[in-house]
Formats: sequence, structure tokens, C-alpha cells
Amino acid sequence: MNEQLAKNFAPGHSACAGCAFPAIVRAVLGEVADGTEIVVANATGCLEVTSTLYPYTAWKIPWIHNAFENAAATLSGVEKAYEILKRKKKLPGGDKKIKFVAFGGDGGTYDIGLQSLSGALERGHNFLYVLYDNEGYMNTGNQRSSATPFGAATETTPTGKVSFGKTEVRKNLMDIVAAHHIPYVAQANVAFMADLKRKAKKALSIDGPTFLSVFSPCTNNWKFPTSQYVNIAKLATETNFWPLYEIENGKYKINWATEKPKSLTDFLKTQGRFKHLFSEKNKDVIEEMQKITDDEWKRLVGLVE
Amino acid sequence: MEHGAVIKHDLKKGPKTGAWRYMHPEVDKSKCIGCSTCVPFCPEASIEMKDKKAEIDYDYCKGCGVCAEVCPVKAILMKKK
Repeated sequence: MNEQLAKNFAPGHSACAGCAFPAIVRAVLGEVADGTEIVVANATGCLEVTSTLYPYTAWKIPWIHNAFENAAATLSGVEKAYEILKRKKKLPGGDKKIKFVAFGGDGGTYDIGLQSLSGALERGHNFLYVLYDNEGYMNTGNQRSSATPFGAATETTPTGKVSFGKTEVRKNLMDIVAAHHIPYVAQANVAFMADLKRKAKKALSIDGPTFLSVFSPCTNNWKFPTSQYVNIAKLATETNFWPLYEIENGKYKINWATEKPKSLTDFLKTQGRFKHLFSEKNKDVIEEMQKITDDEWKRLVGLVE
Repeated sequence: MEHGAVIKHDLKKGPKTGAWRYMHPEVDKSKCIGCSTCVPFCPEASIEMKDKKAEIDYDYCKGCGVCAEVCPVKAILMKKK
């Protein structure tokens, strides 16, 4: 075991072989400066369920889980209680430097936890919210969420003679979060480790609410071999499906761009959830997806000053 | 104040997830260039650099094959037992 890497989040958890989020958790928490303690709140999801199978916990740091919808609300309570005890000098161990970090999947962030996240962001609590986005309710067996991309087959948007999978375009959570006028919002990708670490470091250095949205491929329900998560995550950015950018005090900045982005089919063909799109009748769905991706990229480029 | 269930981390109580493995990674030490690209991507944090060569902890390695996939010089090969 790599002690340095596992200092906050140990192995022994039961995440699927080839899952992406352990790397995200370790990369983000690894950027917390030495001597600073960490308190983690976790929304319900794969990460919460697999890391805390009774009587074992993979977390070596204080960790709290409350319910699906309120990771941000729970953590804002913890953060405020700490601030007040510190002000009243009632902390048993004296005051320490503590960083508050919340982790949530896309179900607990885009859908179920959105209002508590919005409340915590608006109240301006000093915390970092990390979203690991696997584009669906993977823990319960691949139901659609509002992060699921157009055209993806899930249990609740199955494919068939008429249906081609999800018919709605994914929600733009980054802009919803940025609309709270918070100091730092960034979109990162697990395959671009240096970029992810830089963004985590920056977000952790800021006092106030910050938000990281990290792409986290799911081997089980996107249906790809366990060895492929890094390759697939990389393709998502190289095809402009998952652009890397940050919004700092309202200013957009794109962190990775290429003159010749790869065709979206390069990304789609790696995963079983898009397999049905490669039939004659669904040709126009792929064209539509390519158009959605291109339009979104153009919109993003237009937002950069 | 009444405390809820507080569970302390204890590795001994955790499952040895190496039992999940179907294929196991083998590092060819003569090929390994010590770049440590594989280290942060391992979901089980079971790769460590010893004397500038990757070494795998088979107690926890689930055999996903991510390390073999990201290795730039293909020094890690997945093998059946």
C-alpha cells in the first residue's frame, strides 16, 4: 500500500475494480496543506456506500454522512458550528486549521442535493464541494440523472424500436453554480491529473465556497473494460465532450484546447451505453450529439474574454 | 451529549480486496522507467515506488488493469494466475 497516497482514503473500500473516484478523492485531499486537518461530508452515492461498509471505514479523517440530499447543508452546519466554537474559545483541542470538503456524485449534486448545495453556496460557507460526475445513478444500477448525456442508454431510458436512449440534453450545472457569484468554480477531469491537482489546490486556498466538477467514468454502467477509465476520460476532453475550464470571480478561462478536436464517435464507441447509436437508424442521433458538443464548445469559447 | 456511531479506521477490519483479482499486474523491473504515472491512477493506492521501480501491493490490488493501460513503456503486463 502506498502510505502517502492512502493517508486520507485507504484501500479496502469496495468500489468496483477500475473505478475512477478513489483517484479523484486522493488527488483532491492530497492538495490540503500539511498540518491542516480535513473534515469530509459525503452525499449518498457509490463513494459513500463503498467506502464505509460496517464495521470498516476507508476514511482516516473525520467523515460524516447524513442523507442523499443534504451533504452541503450538513457540512455548512459543521463549518458554522466550528467557527462559532472557535470564536467562543470553546474548542476542546484548541483551534486548528480545518478544511471542509464535501463529496457528492451527480445524483446528489445535479438533482437531489441541488437545493441544499445552492443554499450553502449562497450563504457563503467556507467549503469545497467536489462533484464526481459519472453521469447517472450508478449505485442503484444506472438510472438517468440530469447529468446523463443525450443519447445514453440507461435503465430508465432504455433503447428499443422507437427510443434511442435519453432524449434530453444534460443540465449545465457549472453555470448554475457560477450564478451564485462564488469565487471559484472549475471543471476538471480525472485523466488530467496535474490540472485536477492544480484546481483542487486553488479551490482549497480560497476562503469561501468553491466548486469542482470532476469527470469520473463508471466501468460498470458505461459498460467498458475495467482498465479503461483513464483512456475514456482523456477522450472526453479531447473530443470537447468534457472541456476543462474554470470560472474565477465570473471570468471564464479554458485550460485545455486543441486545434483539431477528435470526432465524438471516438469517445462514444468506447462505451456500451452508446452502442445502440451505431446502427443505421440512429445515425442522426450521433450527428445531433456532435452538434450539441460543438455548440456547447462554441458557447464556452464565446464566454472567454 | 450522546454520540452517534463513531467508527474508527482500522485496516485490519477491512476486506483484503486482492481476493477480487482475476488478472494480476506484473511489473517488468527492467522496463520500468520510474516515471510513477501509474501511481495516482490506482484506485486502491497499491502502487509504490521502491528504488525508482513500481511495486504492487497484491493484498489490495483488484486487478483492474489501469496501471498496465497508463504505463507509457508497457512495463506492466496483466497475467492470469
